[in-house]
Amino acid sequence: MINASLKDLATALGAKQISSVELTQLFLDRIDRLNPEINAYVTLDADRSLAQAAAADALIAQGRFGPLTGIPFAQKDIFCAKGWRTTCGSKMLENFIAPYDAHIISQFDAAGAVNLGKTNMDEFAMGSSNETSYFGKVQNPWDRTRVPGGSSGGSAAAVAARLAPAATGTDTGGSIRQPASLCGLSGLKPTYGVCSRYGMIAFASSLDQAGPMAKSAEDLALMLNVMAGFDSRDSTSLQREKEDYTRDLNKPLAGLRIGLPREYFAEGLNAGVAKVVMDAIDQYRKLGAETVDISLPNTQLSIPVYYVLAPAEASSNLSRYDGVRYGHRAAEYTDLLDMYSKSRAEGFGAEVKRRILIGTYVLSAGYYDAYYLKAQQLRRLIAQDFTEAFKQCDVIMGPAAPGTAFKTGEKTDDPVAMYLEDLYTIAVNLAGLPGMSVPAGFADGLPVGLQIIGNYFSEARMLNVGHQYQQVTDWHTRMPEGI
Amino acid sequence: MQWEVVIGLETHTQLQTKTKIFSGASTAFGAEPNTQADAVSIALPGVLPVLNREAVQCAIRFGLAIDAEIGRHSVFARKNYFYPDLPKGYQISQFELPVVGKGKITIQVPATGSGQAYEKTINITRAHLEEDAGKSLHGDFHGATGIDLNRAGTPLLEIVTEPDMRSAAEAVAYAKKLHELVQWIGICDGNMQEGSFRCDVNVSVRPKGSDKLGTRREIKNLNSFKFMQQAIEYETRWQIETLEDGGTIQQATVLFNPDTGETRSMRSKEEANDYRYFPDPDLLPLVILEADIEAVRATLPELPEAMKARFEAAYGLPAYDATAITASRGIADYFVTAVNAGAEAKPTANWVMGSVAAKLNEEGKDIDASPVSPLQLAGLLKRIADNTISGKMAKEVFEAMWAGEGDADAIIEQRGLKQVSDSGAIEAIVDEVLAANAAMVEEYKAGKEKAFNGLVGQCMKASKGKANPAQVNEVLKKKLAG
Repeated sequence: MINASLKDLATALGAKQISSVELTQLFLDRIDRLNPEINAYVTLDADRSLAQAAAADALIAQGRFGPLTGIPFAQKDIFCAKGWRTTCGSKMLENFIAPYDAHIISQFDAAGAVNLGKTNMDEFAMGSSNETSYFGKVQNPWDRTRVPGGSSGGSAAAVAARLAPAATGTDTGGSIRQPASLCGLSGLKPTYGVCSRYGMIAFASSLDQAGPMAKSAEDLALMLNVMAGFDSRDSTSLQREKEDYTRDLNKPLAGLRIGLPREYFAEGLNAGVAKVVMDAIDQYRKLGAETVDISLPNTQLSIPVYYVLAPAEASSNLSRYDGVRYGHRAAEYTDLLDMYSKSRAEGFGAEVKRRILIGTYVLSAGYYDAYYLKAQQLRRLIAQDFTEAFKQCDVIMGPAAPGTAFKTGEKTDDPVAMYLEDLYTIAVNLAGLPGMSVPAGFADGLPVGLQIIGNYFSEARMLNVGHQYQQVTDWHTRMPEGI
Repeated sequence: MQWEVVIGLETHTQLQTKTKIFSGASTAFGAEPNTQADAVSIALPGVLPVLNREAVQCAIRFGLAIDAEIGRHSVFARKNYFYPDLPKGYQISQFELPVVGKGKITIQVPATGSGQAYEKTINITRAHLEEDAGKSLHGDFHGATGIDLNRAGTPLLEIVTEPDMRSAAEAVAYAKKLHELVQWIGICDGNMQEGSFRCDVNVSVRPKGSDKLGTRREIKNLNSFKFMQQAIEYETRWQIETLEDGGTIQQATVLFNPDTGETRSMRSKEEANDYRYFPDPDLLPLVILEADIEAVRATLPELPEAMKARFEAAYGLPAYDATAITASRGIADYFVTAVNAGAEAKPTANWVMGSVAAKLNEEGKDIDASPVSPLQLAGLLKRIADNTISGKMAKEVFEAMWAGEGDADAIIEQRGLKQVSDSGAIEAIVDEVLAANAAMVEEYKAGKEKAFNGLVGQCMKASKGKANPAQVNEVLKKKLAG
């Protein structure tokens, strides 16, 4: 049951082979056993989860159920869920009980899904290893001495260790795709605006996007069907016709044009990872696809541009954590300024502080034009690279991350090395495009993800591309040992 | 040296929308603290702003009323600073691309002891939409400060002028005109006590004839015209004295203390915030289409300038009267209601500008709250026109109406104020007076014109003031001549 696809779980629930309560309890028991070490979850509330499961069972008994009814999902702790502690991985929100539901949470609730618990993450989604979490590091189930990636590291570890059938994540610069790659999962960051950001705690508003993390592309499609859709509470949410993201899963890939950006196979890429990715592309050729050499000439600019824009937005987004209305407030202070300084100094971790400082700097009078405005201009150039590329191909493929899961602590003292983890993912966020990672094999025993980048709103096609690959490979069904 | 003061205003007008500019919370004034603070007003983690269309329509309305360019593509920006009543740690405002561009407002500066009344056009630089902050309450909170976020997110239109004003009187005339205009077009209730209309005044001085601006100081948050006048006059004197004593003016933000009548520096330029403005990524650029503008234009009432011209043409009012009558929509409505009820236009204008205005002013009332309704005033004016009462009696009747004694006819009847215009009765009175004042008649006949006035006075006295004075004159002249 723990390896079952969402489709199989739905079938089993519908056929009353298992109840939602039993299924939920099964995962809660596994969490009880494995989470103390893996630390994928930061908040569990078995009573709430089981109550939701019982409600789902009642719906199923009445024959009123959809593809996700009764299935438990792990929710990244960046989504506000009414009555649930919602920390965003920060001491600042250690005791914050959300009084309302994020749009994504309401969508899962409306689908009759069960909230299994809130997953660990880098503090305010700032990190690529889950090591910036106030609630401790997360183990990579494939090698417990290694990181699961980040910032959706808890969600990735939870699914990889089969502590949840699937999970939600968010991706600002690679936070779904990189951990999916490092944990051997499928993960999709949709086109910016496809999933409402309402109730999703903001890191960098113009880049943040929620998405599903699961074992297979088919699971991703079923989840995206629930997660996507217009929400009037988010002004950047796109008003589009509701889509069925499973509709193209079974289309053949003959004639698919795959763009291979030469910049993604250049210096900085681990040789083992490169081989896995090239093998995957060979597999696609066998499926009838053709490859085209393309160039994304501004790729090298994406990290510097991102590390101006994302901190700029973050420095402002995180100003609301001032200790006045909710969140951490210092126990003692002499005046207002002291209260702000101490509360924020105590409530935020080092990486968050670093980004607030960078962001404040690049927006300051005298620096704004040189940094923020310049970065905005370059952002448009980066997006144009993709527009040009998609004139020659249907999807772009390459690595999701430059290497495999690295050792815990290996990069914590070198922020730039950590930032380079997102070399292949960040440009996609800057352009607002959809990006996906699917398991493509192993290098030195560790999972490697293949990144598939699509044009705007081509999620159904990308899922088709992922699914067809998963019909002829079994990387996505592999499971770590010892879980 | 001769000095010239240069003044520009920034006015925050609260827009009369039902809900906040970026959320569905109510904007009603006076609710219990924090009962109108929803998730967005409190800035909970994860909430997002959604622009209120009604606020945009108010901004367009104002833009059309001052003949300004409407920004077809305007951008909301974040103004970042920490303050306990600013829940997000930034205010959503507009910076580089405002919704309303350059426009103009014509003001009437009243006559003073030394100068004539005159008109002047004040150029508006821009007007932009933004959200209000909450309030810090320094009441009894065990030494702490209370925060009320009911006001946080209330829509504001900040209206900025060019530094076009050259006296406190001009600044006050502009502020009053703007105050009337925003109420006239129905975008702001104008309630200054509740903070719906707040002015920041930039003041600098320079040698007369110089075309270089002096260093300005900004007087913050003036919420009465009287204080504005006092603050500008004090600030101007202070700046001139400082310069004449060889000092220099430092750019600063100052507050006016109504108790001392002085301005005091709040923070200097060095202490000023770097607001780190940048476009708000949570809001798309605001795009206004021609159709949006036309839809608002169709609902715009006749503006004061147009109404003034119409009053001059339709009622034959002099320009001065027409301006005064269209100073507010309330006054104009009052005037039109009285005239439509049968009162003559010019006397109505005289009474509205005269006795009505004086009484309202005395009692600090708005014309909408006038104890004498326009219909009652019309009733009074009709009795003057048909000679039922004299102008002098009319004053008495007006006072009685003001005191709530009823309509003019009832008061005239009750007090027996009806003028005697019956020629027989008047002739009888005149005969009586002539017989009793033979000496005066002799004086008159000997060429003493003054004696005539004495005789008129005797006639009026004999009639207890009720005789029609014109008729008395006429009959008296006839009898003395005969």
